[in-house]
Amino acid sequence: MSKQVVEKLKANFGPLVLGDAEYRGETTVTVERSEIVKICTFLRDDCGYNFLSDLCGVDYLGRTPRFEVVYNMYNLTDKTRLRVKVLVEEQASSVDTVSGVWSTANWHERECWDLMGISFNNHPDLRRILMPADWEGFPLRKDYPLQGPDREPYQGRLS
Amino acid sequence: MGIEQPKTLGNGFVTTSLDKLVNWSRAKSLWPMTFGLACCAIEMMAAGAARFDLDRMGILFRASPRQSDVIIIAGTVTKKMLPVIMTVYEQMPEPKYVIAMGACASSGGVFDTYSVVQGIDEVLPVDVYIPGCPPRPEGLLYGLMKLQEKIMNERNSFGAAIGVGEVVNEA
Ligand code: SF4
Repeated sequence: MSKQVVEKLKANFGPLVLGDAEYRGETTVTVERSEIVKICTFLRDDCGYNFLSDLCGVDYLGRTPRFEVVYNMYNLTDKTRLRVKVLVEEQASSVDTVSGVWSTANWHERECWDLMGISFNNHPDLRRILMPADWEGFPLRKDYPLQGPDREPYQGRLS
Repeated sequence: MGIEQPKTLGNGFVTTSLDKLVNWSRAKSLWPMTFGLACCAIEMMAAGAARFDLDRMGILFRASPRQSDVIIIAGTVTKKMLPVIMTVYEQMPEPKYVIAMGACASSGGVFDTYSVVQGIDEVLPVDVYIPGCPPRPEGLLYGLMKLQEKIMNERNSFGAAIGVGEVVNEA
């Protein structure tokens, strides 16, 4: 089922599909970042992925491009899942918003921006959602100090 | 309690000091603010419910800070929650007491991270610390009894109430 979707995507978007992988029955497609809205709209309208179950950011510190945004979508009619990834560079860490495709993406993207510092273009309300409004920095980045920037990092027990 | 009943004067009255009377009434009607933050709050609720029954000690949870004498910080204090706790605490009328219940409220506990306040004593004057993760309801009961003991040992509590001097704590 998901294989057909990958074929369909490749047929429609060709070079915009950067790669696909199948692991333990889970299908993952990596696509070009700039066309994510178009691709998501296509997946929703023509492939039946009418529910975005999760959207999250991943920090691969030391790799270029450093970040990834992962879209986990679900087809409520025939109960299949699809994972779509886009690669995001550290310098221009922004992706177009898909909150126009699935409105649930609104808060997910706010969370991703709040904790990872990946911003979303054209987002209707890109504010922090979990951290206090005046927080500085993005705590889920791998290079963020665990105990916060204003404290000595834990060095192990002294005894 | 120091309240004596002189036999020569009959049963009609007792003599005591105003301080002791005030302390007694405060210690025996210790109303905590209904305020739970994390898992410790579950133990606090258990302590308030039928099995451990805080009511028998005059400890009735109140739903408004304006009716409360003590705030039990029961759980993890995140930096985002801190302004809320401060607001609630500031709305409580004097005299007010703070109990830090559990490892999180006392020291941050296992959450040695950027988002958690490392002990509520960074911002509020804590009267009693209760160790445990979570403390059992017996632990909370013991902490409350310790607080009652502390209140009973206060001096000049009547004077402070009418604006003469400050409360003196005797260890
Ligand atoms: S001390 Fe333990 S039980 Fe209490 S709030 Fe912290 S983690 Fe939860």
